[in-house]
Amino acid sequence: MNIDQETLRKVAHLARLELRPDEELSMQQNLESVLSWMQQLDEIDTTGVEPLTHISERTNAFREDTAQNNLPLQRALANAPRSDRSFFKVPKVIE
Amino acid sequence: MVKNYPPKTYTSLTEIQADLRTGSTTCAQLVAHYLRNIEAQNATLNAFVAVYAEQARARAVEIDAKIASGTAGRLAGMVLGIKDVLCYKDHGLQAGSKILDGFTSQFTATAVQRVLDEDAIIIGRQNCDEFAMGSSNENSAFGVVRNAIDPARVPGGSSGGSAVAVQADMCLASLGSDTGGSVRQPAAFCGVVGLKPTYARVSRWGLVAYGSSFDCIGPITKCVADAAILLEIMAGSDDFDSTVSDQPVPAYSQNLPLNKKLRIGYLREGLESEGVDAQIKRATSQKLDQIRAAGHQVEAFDFPLIKYFLPTYYVLTTAEASSNLSRFDGVRYGHRSAGATDLVSLYKKSRSEGFGDEVRRRIMLGTFVLSANYYDAYYTKAQKVRRLIAQETQKLFERFDFVVSPTTPTTAFLLGQQTPDPLQMYLADIFTVQANVVGNPCISVPNGADENGLPIGFQIMGSPFEEANLLAFAESLEKI
Repeated sequence: MNIDQETLRKVAHLARLELRPDEELSMQQNLESVLSWMQQLDEIDTTGVEPLTHISERTNAFREDTAQNNLPLQRALANAPRSDRSFFKVPKVIE
Repeated sequence: MVKNYPPKTYTSLTEIQADLRTGSTTCAQLVAHYLRNIEAQNATLNAFVAVYAEQARARAVEIDAKIASGTAGRLAGMVLGIKDVLCYKDHGLQAGSKILDGFTSQFTATAVQRVLDEDAIIIGRQNCDEFAMGSSNENSAFGVVRNAIDPARVPGGSSGGSAVAVQADMCLASLGSDTGGSVRQPAAFCGVVGLKPTYARVSRWGLVAYGSSFDCIGPITKCVADAAILLEIMAGSDDFDSTVSDQPVPAYSQNLPLNKKLRIGYLREGLESEGVDAQIKRATSQKLDQIRAAGHQVEAFDFPLIKYFLPTYYVLTTAEASSNLSRFDGVRYGHRSAGATDLVSLYKKSRSEGFGDEVRRRIMLGTFVLSANYYDAYYTKAQKVRRLIAQETQKLFERFDFVVSPTTPTTAFLLGQQTPDPLQMYLADIFTVQANVVGNPCISVPNGADENGLPIGFQIMGSPFEEANLLAFAESLEKI
């Protein structure tokens, strides 16, 4: 699997990561080698095999729909890097 | 060096509780003992990232009073450490990562709450690979953990601190997490017991998510009986985890011992593959002889899909990790970059500054295998292979009661020895990942040492929800 610089940057953007220029090459090489190794799976014939999506046999778990306050406001905001009364503060989004 | 501290070094809760009953020890003395061991060794071993000394002392006094009044819980006398991926309300939690710098848990994990409710004492929080991604405990923002047998060597990972803490008698037991072998592999490298329960046996509420369809909380202990009592207490349904099984939880600690002749299958690669240390082959083969001598039937089997375990595991866990770790964005908690100019740069800079190299590599891989053009070729393909592996594994359990192998292909390697090549490092999990890929319960028990004194692990896998027999069989091996 070849990963060109454009693909690498696109994946980094999707992952919301910034790669330093000096690490692009090693990241690219690492991804290529691991992805090529993953491609061994192509050796297996999986025609007609359904993907296994859940390991637990449970399909639905129900409980009473009762209101609980498991995370009060102050506690929810306690770890925020920046907050303002009842909000998390971030850089301006709308001009 | 480890064993020189009075009072005596306990190797089981049963032993401790017997002494608590006769008054020859107290919880206060036990806590003092473990705190001394932590004090003496943690600077070198780096197993604990936070020690709750005052709280543990205070709780010990409370529990001693409960013992005196006959109201103590079933874990009275158990001093525990918890891996830095388990929430404990009002205590720090970082998953070994800079991105959670300064984070304080807002609630307590179900598994942790249940052991507290039975009067376990939590003595501290233990170092691990960042977000539980690693097999050597070299990927932690808190620095490497060292193996107490030989501090030049790794303890295994990702629950490396948890295994070393038990190995070096800094606590009686630890709670770790196992996504591809992260409890069993370090247990093997450190000469202790590590149990990965059936997927969904223990609630994951309050466990920092890595690969949600693989993650299991599991105990690391000095004996099988302690793993049994901890599982018995942690397991079972929970309103806060919709995937957890509501199957009744057997009294694992009461089911021991086992009086039954079993059919044991051993993985031929475990004894014959070139990649497995000769000393590990020898120890495994001796163990199989002992099992035969105990009257069980032992037979080899081949599992041609073995070479696909790790690629399947890495496609799926990197995909799940890239999704799970998207929550770390610098907005609501954890590290926020000072250099952000807008929202997207806030996400990108905070994440890039906060995550370490292996975590970023896995997020990139996961994002790639989930991207529109490659989703079917990688992610769906791996889900299909996962089904084939599950089906073939299920067939194995029609032939055998238990499936065994060495836990690891090598003993503990030197620090820095394998870090340059991620693929080489991934091979450390070759025997452990199967149980996570298929969801079966699996335990690693000590099986002697190599010529350098480095511990060897012996792994036993059972059918889903068959922990009672698995633990009974594992316990029987402690005696032969």
